[in-house]
Amino acid sequence: MSAPVLIGYFDSEAQVLDATRAVREAGFVLHDVYTPYAVHGLDDAMGLKPSRLTWVCFGAGLLGCTLALSLQYYTSVVSWPLNVGGKPFNSFPAFIPVTFELTVLFAALATVAAFLARAKLFPGSRRAVLPRVTDDRFAIAVAPREAPSELDAAEDLMRRHGAVATDLLEEVAS
Amino acid sequence: MSNQHLSPLREPLVTEPRSLGQLTEEICAPMERAPTWKWWVAFGIAVSVLGTGAGIVGYQVATGIGVWGLNKTIGWAFDITNFVFWVGIGHAGTLISAILFLFRQKWRTSINRAAEAMTLFAVMCAALFPLIHMGRPWLAFWVMPYPNDRGSLWVNFRSPLLWDVFAISTYFTVSAVFWYVGLIPDLATVRDRAKAGIRKAVFKVMSLGWTGSNRTWSRYETVYLLLAGLATPLVLSVHTIVSMDFATSVIPGWHTTIFPPYFVAGAVFSGFAMVLTLMIITRVVLGYEHLITLRHLENMTKIIIVTGGLVSLAYATEFFIAWYSGNPYERFAFMNRAFGPYAWAYWIMVTCNVVSPHLFWFKKIRTSPAAIFVLSLVINVGMWFERFVIIVTSLHRDFLPSSWAMYTPTMVEVGTFIGTFGLFFTLFLLFVRVLPIISIGEVKSVLGFAREGHETQPRPPAKPVAEEPHPVAHRPVSPVPLAIATRKDVPV
Repeated sequence: MSAPVLIGYFDSEAQVLDATRAVREAGFVLHDVYTPYAVHGLDDAMGLKPSRLTWVCFGAGLLGCTLALSLQYYTSVVSWPLNVGGKPFNSFPAFIPVTFELTVLFAALATVAAFLARAKLFPGSRRAVLPRVTDDRFAIAVAPREAPSELDAAEDLMRRHGAVATDLLEEVAS
Repeated sequence: MSNQHLSPLREPLVTEPRSLGQLTEEICAPMERAPTWKWWVAFGIAVSVLGTGAGIVGYQVATGIGVWGLNKTIGWAFDITNFVFWVGIGHAGTLISAILFLFRQKWRTSINRAAEAMTLFAVMCAALFPLIHMGRPWLAFWVMPYPNDRGSLWVNFRSPLLWDVFAISTYFTVSAVFWYVGLIPDLATVRDRAKAGIRKAVFKVMSLGWTGSNRTWSRYETVYLLLAGLATPLVLSVHTIVSMDFATSVIPGWHTTIFPPYFVAGAVFSGFAMVLTLMIITRVVLGYEHLITLRHLENMTKIIIVTGGLVSLAYATEFFIAWYSGNPYERFAFMNRAFGPYAWAYWIMVTCNVVSPHLFWFKKIRTSPAAIFVLSLVINVGMWFERFVIIVTSLHRDFLPSSWAMYTPTMVEVGTFIGTFGLFFTLFLLFVRVLPIISIGEVKSVLGFAREGHETQPRPPAKPVAEEPHPVAHRPVSPVPLAIATRKDVPV
């Protein structure tokens, strides 16, 4: 069963910030807000928690660091110890540059991969996009908790906060 | 626009009144219309140069590295000079996008996309030189540590040249990812504008199904911040490692601890000069004077003054330490640089890098695109000579006078170097045609900066009055008549 989703369209950043806060405070469930650029303060207005992608970044960096050190230790000390200018086999300071690079590489690639997976962004995605939200329009999608009749009140609220248009859609991708 | 950015002290970042829709229209326009004859001429030249370079590289790979002017004394000359030069050029891109992002420098928004693209292309050009220098480029994969059948022989992790392999490949990968992540929202904008066809299909795949959802934006911002945080030390590490190719040796003139910071400053210096060169052409050709404003150019020249000062300080310190260390070889190396057979190269370097940036102290010069353009070229020449001086003058007279020699590049070496310019400009011209060269999403977010009067709407009161007529954001205020009406008939 798919409940209809109410969409309110806005023309400016200030209005959408204000309306988002109002819609949430009035007890409606925010499905999502769509904006052409990252609007600062909207996370707060929507009540979004900070992303946990930082932990992915940290973990992957740690993994990259460990793998790089292990690889260098294994190749230079265990598998093929080579005496270069009398330096110790485990010449730790010389291993730092490669370790650093691999730490960064792992952290960066894993963070982006996790982001794409979490946001369900992938080539061939068939999600429909609301008109003009990637251009110059802001949209708020309100999902009704119970009865679709609630949407009338939400529509009224958004109109009062400056919505230039409203629409009912069967389904909206987040 | 929210008026939260309003400040009487702040100057606007976009100097012409523009609405969001107009910005989209303007930035997408160059990729949606047919290329102009100017573009075709530029592209034709770039491709011919690239073709010539490719032919020369083919010749030297087929014949052998003996066609170069290297000898037993100067075993590293043009190729490593060009390698360091191109890597340095690339650094401003990451610096603009990552370091300025971390410092919340909003003026980076109009130039970061093109600067990042420049980074990628410059690193590609740089990577070619070690590859060709190998003589057998098809065996280049031997530099990677992989289990092989050569008697468990591994790469030497203690070698700065191997550090280079990791540094450059990581730098290229992370820069490419950073650039692409920044592109996704703009790719979606282009996708939504495109009519059905190949263009729509390609951008649909590339934009990965971006919807502009704020849940995604929120994560996107986190990822962007993390990438900027990772790229910042990365960019510093790359040129540090490149400098260690020299600094870990014992050759007088190379064996100095000042090299890492000195090389990083030089890289930023030359990179900003190259960004200026490209941006000044781009803003005129595409008519983006209100997006890439004089203020952007001015800010970049200020960074050039700083980094030019750092580079000058490094030159002076090197000289001082050569004298102060009491090491006769070191003293000789530096006297030889300034007054030996390659003194002409040294003084070109000093004139271009130490003297010329100081012209930017004058506001008149700092705000004249023509003057900046000329000076940016001068700085690029100077920075190329810096690498040439470091490499050739240090090698050509080392400890043993019996091995002293001179070096002159052959036509093959010169041709390879010019060929990389062909590669660089071919890629850049293609980039200008197929992707939005200004970050649409980011410029939109700074549109409201210090905008007074007509463009900014007052913040609505906490309890808005019903049926309050809201001013519409799309007013045809542009002096250039743009076809906005056509797309604004979407039934919403």
